[in-house]
Amino acid sequence: MDLSYGQEYETFRSEVKGFLDQYADRQPKAGSGPRSDTTKEWQKLLIEHGYHSRTIPKEYGGYGATPDILKSRIIAEEFSNAQVNTGFSGQGISMLTPVLLEMGTEEQKQTFIKPTIEADMIWCQGYSEPGAGSDLASLTTKAELDGDEWVINGQKIWTSTAHLADWIFCLVRTEPEAPKHQGISFLLFRMDTPGIEVRPLVDMTGTANFNEVFFTDVRVPKHQIVGQRGQGWQVANAILGHERGSLAPPDAAMSRLNGVIKLMREETINGERVIDNPVFRDRLMKLQGRVLAMQYNDMRLLSANINKNQDVRLAGMIVKLLGTELRHEIECLGIDVMGEIGISYGDNPYLKGNGSWQYQYMYYLGLIIGGGTSQIQKNIISERGLGMPKEPKFAASEA
Amino acid sequence: MEFGLSQDQILLQDSVKKFLATEAPLDLVRGIAAKEQTDSAVWQGLIDLGIAGLLIPEAQGGVGLGMLDAVVVAEALGYAICPGPYLSSAIMAARYLTDAGASELLPGIAAGTSRVGVAFAAATGTRSDTNIEANGTTLSGSSLFALDADADGYLVATKDKHVYYVEADALARRALTTIDCTRTICELTFDQSAASLISDDASVLDSALYAGRAIQAADTLGASQCMLDQAVSYSLDRKQFNRAIGSFQAVKHMCAEMASQLEPCRAFVWFAGHAFDDAPDEAGLTACHAKAHLAEVGQFVAKTSTEVHGGMGFTDLVGLHYWFKRVGFNRQLLGSPEAVREEAANLQALCV
Repeated sequence: MDLSYGQEYETFRSEVKGFLDQYADRQPKAGSGPRSDTTKEWQKLLIEHGYHSRTIPKEYGGYGATPDILKSRIIAEEFSNAQVNTGFSGQGISMLTPVLLEMGTEEQKQTFIKPTIEADMIWCQGYSEPGAGSDLASLTTKAELDGDEWVINGQKIWTSTAHLADWIFCLVRTEPEAPKHQGISFLLFRMDTPGIEVRPLVDMTGTANFNEVFFTDVRVPKHQIVGQRGQGWQVANAILGHERGSLAPPDAAMSRLNGVIKLMREETINGERVIDNPVFRDRLMKLQGRVLAMQYNDMRLLSANINKNQDVRLAGMIVKLLGTELRHEIECLGIDVMGEIGISYGDNPYLKGNGSWQYQYMYYLGLIIGGGTSQIQKNIISERGLGMPKEPKFAASEA
Repeated sequence: MEFGLSQDQILLQDSVKKFLATEAPLDLVRGIAAKEQTDSAVWQGLIDLGIAGLLIPEAQGGVGLGMLDAVVVAEALGYAICPGPYLSSAIMAARYLTDAGASELLPGIAAGTSRVGVAFAAATGTRSDTNIEANGTTLSGSSLFALDADADGYLVATKDKHVYYVEADALARRALTTIDCTRTICELTFDQSAASLISDDASVLDSALYAGRAIQAADTLGASQCMLDQAVSYSLDRKQFNRAIGSFQAVKHMCAEMASQLEPCRAFVWFAGHAFDDAPDEAGLTACHAKAHLAEVGQFVAKTSTEVHGGMGFTDLVGLHYWFKRVGFNRQLLGSPEAVREEAANLQALCV
């Protein structure tokens, strides 16, 4: 057990701090969208110094550093401590870029990666469909080849940035006769192609965090495919695992928990501070213990990135399940300590913390479901983590 | 940066596991429960492996290892629900005496010629029906729930956290039956019993209590891991409706829930051990949180594993209840989860 990062890394940490001291005032103001000039300039400045797209090769517009998980961690820590904007990071950057680096053609890498990481090209992800949620591979949006073009018909849902996006990376069924996992292809196309309609999907928070996207005879050049025809499932799965853990970072949970402590010191019940109420205090301490467990688990995962002999498969698999449920409960305590004020929302003048407790409480229920539901996580943990058998198919159990 | 066990720690844990696999089978626990056997043979084996003197400095005949090593051993002992005075003699007594600079008793503990029990209940939650009064070189009164009914002497805490050593033949002792037969508990009665003050420094006692709690957390982790392993293995063997019950989603989800609650506890417990030697400011808080958190997770796993075993889990035939009770014992001793969480809140001065 050695939790120090070592001299090389402490030097790197001072460099990051130096950058933040010098340039923090150039960060985009709160609320400036990804299209604003300050956002784009900030993005370029971050890439130039290696604080964004750090390991993307130089020839594709990145900083070109060798992957070093500790340096990435230090960057995240220092930006978070200084509360400085870490740059734009949509699904094109977090999900498509790694896919292209792994499975894309040289031409695709040259065409798409640089504008994507510089926030000039914004993407949305077309995976889920009304009839294909947990069973994503049963998707039915179809693409048929007509000459040099794919003709796409169908519908996607939960498409978070569709209303902003220039492009979409999309899973479509191209081989309807093949088994479901082998009949899917991974296509890239512009969102202003005729035949695409985006409808906002308002959720329980009152916000349209997602959209529905409809395709009617959308024509897309044949070469805009990543990987081979029918390989789309493998292409997409090269990165799905990456999404799950990142939905529930434990350091953010601790920061919210500290927010609850602050709230408990401010709020009173019958003249008594909530923090002095032993029932609420015990709830708080229980949650603090759970967050600590997740933080140490996270350090173990970080360590396994550096020390390849450490087996942390199970430790990684449980993060999404535990982290989202935990965060939902922390937000819930935040609401409960406010008593009746906890039901405030929207323009209510008594609202505290901009309504973030109520909003996040609901939003995290969405994250418990999204990105692979808690129940799907439990299937994965029991089958891949504990070696338990898959649920038999109906036909097999009747035979 | 490396968050994990060293090669030496893995080897240490493996050697203890290997020893326990043959020397501490379930039959030994059954034998002790039936009062036909005692823990002395398995404890002697652990003494021979150096476990009794694990934390004791080499100058006093010990091995001179740290709390993370002790945690790693506790995990293995918990997995096998190994009987014996590891928590009392090898951890809390050894740590207290070392920190207090009272080295006379340490060589005996390390060599296994002396088992030192701990009677700290007066400091962890005084009961109105017990009281210990110190009078210079004697103690009078009684202490409940002293750990180890077979000790050669006891470290006895008073309400104000002064700690005395009393030889077993200078006091009256009555063994108390508890749910768990793998660790023994007794009531001690003192009537002007000859006692020597070891230390009146409350922080030394606090530190020994924290060490005990970190070890209990590790013990519960080991015991819970074994209950999970037994549940998974049983679910793959047991068939109902022409299928292994482990292929039913209801059963798989119970196992997944156990595994997901338990897995982060591993890192938590390791850090709790590590903190004593390398992050001492965090040691008390982390030990309290680890103890309380493992009490909750352990209780969940103990219940759920029993349910996965169906009716058999409830019987003495499978013997799962010995793990269930070990976890329950750890939950209550040295403070209930609520009491320990309150201590965690106080350590952060939350209410100031």
